[in-house]
Amino acid sequence: MESVSQIGFISIITSGLTIAIGSIGPALGEAKALAQALNSIAQQPDESNTITRTLFVGLAMIESTAIYCFVVAIILIFANPFWNHVTS
Amino acid sequence: MNISPDEIILFQIGSIAITANIFFTWMVMLFLVLVSALITRKISISSKISMWQNFLETLISYIQEQIRDITDQKSDPYLPFIGSLFIFVSVSNFLSFVPGYHPPTGSLYTTSALAICVFFAVPVYGIQKLGLSEYLRNYIKPSVIMLPFNIISEISRTLALSVRLFGNVMSGTMIIGILLSVAPFFLPAVMNILELLIGQIQAYIIAVLSTVYIASGTRSKKITQEES
Repeated sequence: MESVSQIGFISIITSGLTIAIGSIGPALGEAKALAQALNSIAQQPDESNTITRTLFVGLAMIESTAIYCFVVAIILIFANPFWNHVTS
Repeated sequence: MNISPDEIILFQIGSIAITANIFFTWMVMLFLVLVSALITRKISISSKISMWQNFLETLISYIQEQIRDITDQKSDPYLPFIGSLFIFVSVSNFLSFVPGYHPPTGSLYTTSALAICVFFAVPVYGIQKLGLSEYLRNYIKPSVIMLPFNIISEISRTLALSVRLFGNVMSGTMIIGILLSVAPFFLPAVMNILELLIGQIQAYIIAVLSTVYIASGTRSKKITQEES
């Protein structure tokens, strides 16, 4: 296989794997955080403001790992440095 | 497909290429300045106020209340920084329903600039509040072993702040672009609405996170004991 098709082949497979594996962990984590927060709001409705704010911040923190995976996948597909190196 | 508005060159002034990123950042700034100037021109303190003044007052007092809740301090010193951060990100995400508009927050340059502002705002506010030595002592708490980890966390959270905003906004525009070629009739509109929501949540999150970072930089054991 020549190097152009090899790089394309490997980067597309890798980007798919990146986003697939990388979204499992954050999805489970966010689900757990959300379930716990709903539980807490049901128990203490007065504190729902603080709980919601902390939940949003926490979700953003958890989600950033998934976003990193997404950015890596996008870079591999649309802005692959090796691809530009080979085609130029 | 363009993954960032930096690659779209709208026009050239001399040898400087004006990209969509710079142009739309200026447009958002111009929009904010014009709207604020128009509203605050006929401001009144009587009980009868205009609709727009009411809108701005609600917004500002909500931001103040949030800052007070998070920092447990007076909101006045933080309001200009946090408020303008929130309003800029919020408006530049919100305008994405305008055809031909590329949100400047969808570029890593803009979001890095915002994150670097937060990175420098933390020591500035911390030193103002605590003094230099007390602020620097925060780095060696709870012990000197934690010094490198504190410095790493300072840098990595700046990186996370910029990549998070960039990733969310960029993924939104990208998903809409892909959907337009797959199912061009109904789904892009629905996704657009979802993107508006996500943009507002991201604006809220970047504001809250920078408030949390600034608050953690301005808090010390001595002051919390004095206040309580």
